[in-house]
Amino acid sequence: MDFINGITLIANYIVIPGLTYGSQLALGALGITIIYSVLRFSNFAHGEFMSFGAMNSILLSWLFISLGVTLNPLPTAIIVLPIAIVLTISYCIIMDKFIFKFYRKQNSKSVINLIVSIGVMFFTGGLIRFIVGPGDKNFFDGERFILKARTFKNITGLNEGLTLKTTQGITIILSVLLVILLFWFLNKTKTGKSMRAYSDNKELALLSGINPEKVVLITWIITGTLACVAGTLYGLDKSYKPFTYLHLVLPIFSAAIVGGVGNPVGAIIGGFVIAFSELIITFAYKKIFFYFLPINFVPEGLLQILSTDYKIAISFLILVLVLLIKPTGIYKGKII
Amino acid sequence: MTNASRIKFLYILMTITLLLVGFFQSWNVALTIFNLCLISSIMTLGINIQWGNAGIVNFGVMGFAALGGLANIIISMPPTQNAWKVGGEIIIIGLLVFTLSVIFSILLFKKSNLNNKIKYLISFAFIVSGYFVMRLLVDAPIEKIEAIEPAKTGYLGGFNLPVLLSWPVGGLLAAFSAFIIGKISLGLRSDYLAIATLGISEIIIYFLKNEDWLSRGVKNVNGLPRPVPYEIELQSKEWVLKVSDYLDMPITELSSIIVKLSYSILFCVVLLIVLFLLEIAVKSPWGRMMRAIRDNEVSANAMGKNIKQRHLQVFIIGSAIVGLAGAMLTTLDGQFTPVSYQPLRYTFLIWIMVIVGGSGNNFGSIIGGFLIWFFWVQSEPLGLWFISQITTHISDAIIIKSHLLENAAHIRLMFMGMILLITLRFAPKGLIPEVKR
Repeated sequence: MDFINGITLIANYIVIPGLTYGSQLALGALGITIIYSVLRFSNFAHGEFMSFGAMNSILLSWLFISLGVTLNPLPTAIIVLPIAIVLTISYCIIMDKFIFKFYRKQNSKSVINLIVSIGVMFFTGGLIRFIVGPGDKNFFDGERFILKARTFKNITGLNEGLTLKTTQGITIILSVLLVILLFWFLNKTKTGKSMRAYSDNKELALLSGINPEKVVLITWIITGTLACVAGTLYGLDKSYKPFTYLHLVLPIFSAAIVGGVGNPVGAIIGGFVIAFSELIITFAYKKIFFYFLPINFVPEGLLQILSTDYKIAISFLILVLVLLIKPTGIYKGKII
Repeated sequence: MTNASRIKFLYILMTITLLLVGFFQSWNVALTIFNLCLISSIMTLGINIQWGNAGIVNFGVMGFAALGGLANIIISMPPTQNAWKVGGEIIIIGLLVFTLSVIFSILLFKKSNLNNKIKYLISFAFIVSGYFVMRLLVDAPIEKIEAIEPAKTGYLGGFNLPVLLSWPVGGLLAAFSAFIIGKISLGLRSDYLAIATLGISEIIIYFLKNEDWLSRGVKNVNGLPRPVPYEIELQSKEWVLKVSDYLDMPITELSSIIVKLSYSILFCVVLLIVLFLLEIAVKSPWGRMMRAIRDNEVSANAMGKNIKQRHLQVFIIGSAIVGLAGAMLTTLDGQFTPVSYQPLRYTFLIWIMVIVGGSGNNFGSIIGGFLIWFFWVQSEPLGLWFISQITTHISDAIIIKSHLLENAAHIRLMFMGMILLITLRFAPKGLIPEVKR
């Protein structure tokens, strides 16, 4: 019994939150990786694009709720997601047309593009704060939990509860669907193949008659979709605040680099590596030892490797370690 | 326009603008802006020597500035006697143990002939065991120290030395950490380097936020000593009273103006020294070598220049300047607040200053620092004015108007983004371009 209790504890505090946060990071990292592999720059504005997508979902959710259109027990955000995605994509394409395109035509260095993306980040951040304000926004409605701790305890008779929030379930399911769709597109369709060809060897792709503008357009469509879904899911799960998305950029970059920049599979793996190491390193192991060891052997103290305050710093630490030991990441990505 | 006339024009313009603020808003506001402009331009100079002359992308401005701020605590605060009694030394010893384990594993990694996998394993084991030994030593004393009057002290304190000393020490502290960071990350290409330095600077901030025994963390250290007299002291001085009578200005206002002016003088002196040294450096053979490396690493390497060493050198120099400015900023604030270090305000804003001012030109960096800081401060009222102008015809009852007015202050982020984008598009070399030599 103690053994099962221990497993439940791990599932409740590490596995489920890790899977949720990991999928959010993975979706974000996919966006960054795709921009990097096709357009060849690190897009610092990606966090703000996510924030922009989440903002669209929030405004539309409020509108739909006030009109009485809801999807109880699921949050309304699910219905409005397609519209929010279209809005985010349009914003990305507008930014590309007016800003990024100029530097692409000039063949600017990737650093210049990076600084340009910081300009876009400032602009978008300002726009978002101007539209919805800097405060906390809650747009979750519907049923809060799929599985409550108490129900779980009653059913199984265990000491430890297992909770599964609706947002966690939605995050995991939507991410899996989106990733399958993305890989199907990249590997099976002609457009996806042309995109990969363009990213592998630009000159050769141009010679074989691939239209670069179309590739760029599709890149932004994919990025916009990923950004909007990732932003909305993160906002649903952890409550939306424009400020947090700026801080999310770094864990996302870490995920992309840890997995290997420019490699979609790597981005997903990287997201989960970051999320799980954050949880594993800051978890207080006392209770687990309590279940797994005889009572006399349980050590004193919380048994944390690092205090929870350092949670986000861990992703940077992993980033630095990976850059030191293996700059190409887990799956061999491109060297920037 | 030639560079010289551009410099004259922009500097005069900036002076007039600040004077106008003085006449129309208040001299206090003008001097506050001026002081922060001075600090910003010193930081900008530090980044400019790295980016403009050596092509290194350093996004760690925030971390170095915070380390400079930390120097204020270490140098100028009085030591907490009890904290040293309950085990301040043990903390130092613990940190030393960890540092030694890291140094040892690096040495082992570099010097030994074992195969790679075993090397990684042994180094890793050394660092991890060093960490746990440190935790064993340090955990108990930290708890005791943080329990000593947590509302007032609860940290080790400093050396109770004059606060002005913390400026060079802040520079040294930043230089030392730049040495380590540079060793770690300078081998990386530009984009990676940007992300790595940004990440490391975040780690520094997290450290300062959470290690209460060192910096009181989020409880902040207030009441740092000042290098200039306090307003209250000034108000009882004879000559201040006379001047206040003569100028017909309330004594409270005059005293705070005098304080700010003395800060301005101190900052101006530092800025001029830094500028003078940097100008010499840039014009010297060393400066030419840096630019040669920036423009073509391969051929500079072929000419026998040690690129890694030179990059590390310029990274340390630039970061030290940022640390110096960070120490000055904390002295000006009179308190150390780790929470206030945000990448948007420190790292990215400073970068906008460098790009807008003109990368590779020290005079450009200074004017960039002045202009952007001025806009950063003034665009809040400007945005409010702008919004209230366009919404005058909308009746107050409509929610949109109040909503717009409420959020008008955030227009400044949009302003900054637009300034950066417009500069990059239409004047990629900045307001005062690099001198062709």
